[in-house]
Parts: sequence; structure tokens; C-alpha cells
Amino acid sequence: MTTTITARWRTGLLYAGVVAVVAYCLAPFYWMLVSSLRRTSDIFDTSLLPAPVSFENYRAVFDPAQGFARALLNSLVVAGITTALALLLATFTAYAMARLEFRFKRLILTLIIATSMFPVVSIVVPLLKLFTDIGWINTYQSMIVPSMSFALPLAVWNLTTFFRQMPDELEHAAMVDGCTRGQAFRKVIIPLAAPGIFTTAIITFIAAWNEFLIALSMTNRPNMQTAPVAISKFTGATTYETPFGSQMAAGVLVTIPLVVMVLLFQRRIVAGLTAGAAK
Amino acid sequence: MAKTEIPPEAVAADGRTGPPPAPAQRARRPRRRTRATAGSARMAALLVSPTLLVLSIVVLYPTLMALNESLYGPKGLDPKTGFISSSEPFVGLKNYADIFGAAADRFWNAFWNTTFFAVVTVGLETVIGVAMALIMHRAFRGRALVRAGILVPWAVPTAISGLLWRWIFNSDGIANALIGRQILWTTEGFHAKVAVIVAEVWKTAPFIGLLVLAGLQVIPKEVYEAARIDGSGALRQFWHITLPLVKPALLVAMLFRCMDALRMFDLPYILIGAQKNSVETLSMLAQNEASNVRFGPASAYAVLLFLYVFLVALAFVRLLGADLVADGGRGAQNSRRRRMPLARRTEVTA
Repeated sequence: MTTTITARWRTGLLYAGVVAVVAYCLAPFYWMLVSSLRRTSDIFDTSLLPAPVSFENYRAVFDPAQGFARALLNSLVVAGITTALALLLATFTAYAMARLEFRFKRLILTLIIATSMFPVVSIVVPLLKLFTDIGWINTYQSMIVPSMSFALPLAVWNLTTFFRQMPDELEHAAMVDGCTRGQAFRKVIIPLAAPGIFTTAIITFIAAWNEFLIALSMTNRPNMQTAPVAISKFTGATTYETPFGSQMAAGVLVTIPLVVMVLLFQRRIVAGLTAGAAK
Repeated sequence: MAKTEIPPEAVAADGRTGPPPAPAQRARRPRRRTRATAGSARMAALLVSPTLLVLSIVVLYPTLMALNESLYGPKGLDPKTGFISSSEPFVGLKNYADIFGAAADRFWNAFWNTTFFAVVTVGLETVIGVAMALIMHRAFRGRALVRAGILVPWAVPTAISGLLWRWIFNSDGIANALIGRQILWTTEGFHAKVAVIVAEVWKTAPFIGLLVLAGLQVIPKEVYEAARIDGSGALRQFWHITLPLVKPALLVAMLFRCMDALRMFDLPYILIGAQKNSVETLSMLAQNEASNVRFGPASAYAVLLFLYVFLVALAFVRLLGADLVADGGRGAQNSRRRRMPLARRTEVTA
């Protein structure tokens, strides 16, 4: 009898712990969501639900004067192109890292991974000067090129782990059947690695989408800013009033696509993150 | 010069793209796997060189440029001729001398802020992350929900989380309402540091939890059963079994978190603001100088930050034995590799 009671207590405690973990992770995000749905007049309300649900803040975000739609488009272009380029290069490199034997392999892989730990500001400073000289400030390429410095190592590392997990026999069988290594790669490995490539794409895209320092430094015209930079520079009706409501609403809008992706592909993302043990 | 540590390797690797493998290499071949033919070496060179080329352009070249730039002063009045010169004068190590001389206060303040943030956030994240992982590991129902929830802070852009916590830490915000005090969190002072740490730990502790959870799931149950039969309690089991076995995964996670904390920029910049003494990090200092078109000092700060990060990473790998690549058959990745093929295969065939 006593054992079942202590066992029940233990389960109760465990699930209290689980609830605490989930609350810890979601409470601040929930607060952003709730605050974004309040009216400007009751933004300082502390009730857990917005009393009258209002989309006032969301309308304010899409006020043409804020230029937020353009910022979203800029973010999409920069993060999208960065991801596509990084994946294109990383797929080949990761395949070589996982499947081929060659000299300095370990060293090269270590160097590639090491670059992902590099302080971004160390390359932003010289590139800012270079891009100023050649007139690249306020262009997409001025944000895409530096972004490759973290996106490419991230993609290489994730994909290498995915390729390593695929059984060698797959290509061996293909090569026995008369494929060259290149054909085996194209016709067997790539289609089968699609889930891994897809996961890597999501992780890389999220990293590029969340980038702030490069976008902040390389742009000074509002119409070229990415969404995170644009939101951080939102202005209210008066200079002294921080427009928290519309900042929260814009924050929700920028985060929701990522949260949806995370919810849909959580199993894959967790596998990718823990395999790469990267960002 | 830690700078020169990287270039020779990258150059050596690049240089290998054209010429056929050296005889010495061929002699070593038989000891390796039979697949390693001259053809595969050429193919590897072909596949790897584009990545190395791009990384040389976006990382190596700017680093060298920063090193060079840090030796030049600002454009302006030439003291010798009295004319305004359009080129930047060579000043040697003056920028560095200034950092440790005239600007020493600001530099050391930023240095200690950076170090303080890195040590405190990584320490807290590790403790909270391990605790989260232990809870999640025990819970069987609703694990998918928990895992999805835990990924949310990771997915929120750091810039957005800065704004979110700025709102929470507002003088009339929810944080003050909850603790029933009036603290001006986002003004200068120690509380600003606390605000940054809370926000940073919120965003990244779940991530460490996730990595540790993956490490926990590899530990076979039999180990714990044996320990229980031998009469060791929960605490001893954790200290002598769980912790040593998740150590490789945990170390790599901590290394990455540490590197990330040392280059912290977005969060203090948005949560508290630029040029605030209490939270200014080395990244913020360098960016601030660069945005004021003082490229020489900015580059010098960037070089110093780079050296600092490099030394910390080296210490991690040397002293604690963090194994990044896990290619040689040891470390966390390897044990995971043994476990993963099954899961992968089911996904592949599905």
C-alpha cells in the first residue's frame, strides 16, 4: 500500500516537473502573444488573457509607414538564398567527409566546424569597410555573403552526420550494378538523404532568419532591413513611447513560421540538432 | 599569432586540389580502407574545394583584412603635411596601444562583461539544462509535446527575444508585477546584467537540455539496474553513472554555448542598448567602433576578440577533451552513430 502511494507521489512530482519545464519554455512566448492581442490603452494589463481581443497592433505593424512587409520579404530573400547556397555546397562536401577517405580529412572537418564558432563581428568589421568601398551597403549580397560564414559550416556538419548514418551498402549495391560513384551519389544517395537535407535546410534557414548583427551593420536604408532589424527600430506615435504592442505583434509574426516548422518537424529537427550538436 | 594557425592548413588543403596524391600518401593507403583510391582522393578534392574556397573568402580573407586594418589609423588631417589625406595612415600597433592605454577602461569593462556573461550563462544553462533533461527522460507520456515546447525558445530569434524580455522587464512590466517591486531593469547597473542573463538562459538552457537528453537515451538501462542491485542511491547513480556517460555530449554542447556567449551581441544590444557600460560586450564594442567609421580600432577589437575565443576553444579541447569531430571512433557522436542507423533506416525506407 505504502509503495503505491510513494510511487504515485513520485509520478505526481515528475509531471509537476514536466509542467514546470514546459511553462518555463512557453510562458515568455505566451506573454508576447497575449500582449500583442491587447489594445494600446490596456497594454500594461497583467491579466492572463487579453480582455477584449484586439488586432489593433497587427494593423499597426502593417501600416505602410513601418515598411514591415518589405522587411519580411528582405528576410525571406536573404535567409532563403543563404540556405540554398549553403546546402548546395555542403551536400557535396558532407558526402566527401562521410564517405571518402582522403588526407587531412579530420583536420579539414575540424577547421570547417571551427569557423562556425568564429565571432561574427570579426568578419563584419572588415567586410563593412570593404562593402562600403565597393558600394555594396544596402544590398542583398552584403548580407548573404557574410551569412555564409556560419550557414555553410552548420550545413556541412549536419549533413556529414546524416550521410554517415546511411549504410555504406546502398552505394556499394549501386556500384555493383554498374553505377559510377557519381551516379550512385546522384541517383541513390541524394534521394535517400532527402529527409536529412530537408532537416538541415530548416536548421540553416532558422539560423539565417535569426541573424541580426550582419543585417544591422550592412544596411542603413529602412527598405533594405531584415525583419529583426526593422522590428528593433519600430517607432511609436511619439519618440518617447516605445511601441511595445506593435513590437510584440511583429515579433509573433516573425516567430510563428519558425514555431510552426518546429512543431511540424520537431522529431527531425531534434535528430539533426543532437546529431550535429551544433547551434 | 593564432591567426597563422589556420591559414597554412586551409592553403595546404586547397593546394591539394590539383596535383595527384603524393607518393608518401600512396604508401599509407594499404593501411587504410581499400576504397581509398586515387580516384576517390581526386573526387574528394573536387567536392570539398568549393566549400573551402567560399570559407576562405568569407572567413579567412576578412580575418587577414582585419589584422591588416588594425594597423591603420583613421582618415583625416595628416599631421605632417596639414592636408586632409584620403588614405588611411599606417600607425603600427598604435590601435592596440590605445586599447590597453587610453581606452583601457572601456576595453577591460567589455572584456569582463563578456567573460562574466559567458561563465554565468553557460553555468546556469548547464545546471538547468541537465535538470530538464533528467525530468524529460523520466517522463513517457507527452514527450513529443514537451520536446516541441522546448524547441520554441530555440526558434525565437535572439533579436525578438531581446524585445520580448525588454517588454517583460519594463518598469511597468510583468516582471516587476510578479516580484512586487519597482526595478528599472533596463537602466545601467547590475540588474541590467541580471536581465540579460535571465533572457539568455531562457533561450538556450532548453537547447542544452535537448542535447543532454539525447545523451541520456543512449545509456543502457542495465547499467542502472546493476547499480541499484549494488545498492547505490539516486544521487550516487547520477554522479557516477549518468554524469560521466553524458559528459562527451555535454562538453561539446558547453563548448558551443561558450563560444556563442563570448560573441554575444543581439541580446544586450536590444534589451539594454548600445554603449551601456554594464552590459557592453566585446562584440558590441567592435561593432560600435565600426559603425562610427573607426575601422582601425574596431579591427583591433575584433582581432582581440578572435584571439580570446580561439584560446578558450583551445583550452576546452585540450584541457577538457571536448571531441568535436568524433570521427576516430570515440566520443558521443560515435555511440550515437551506433544507435542511430536503425532509426535512420526506418525513416529512409518509410
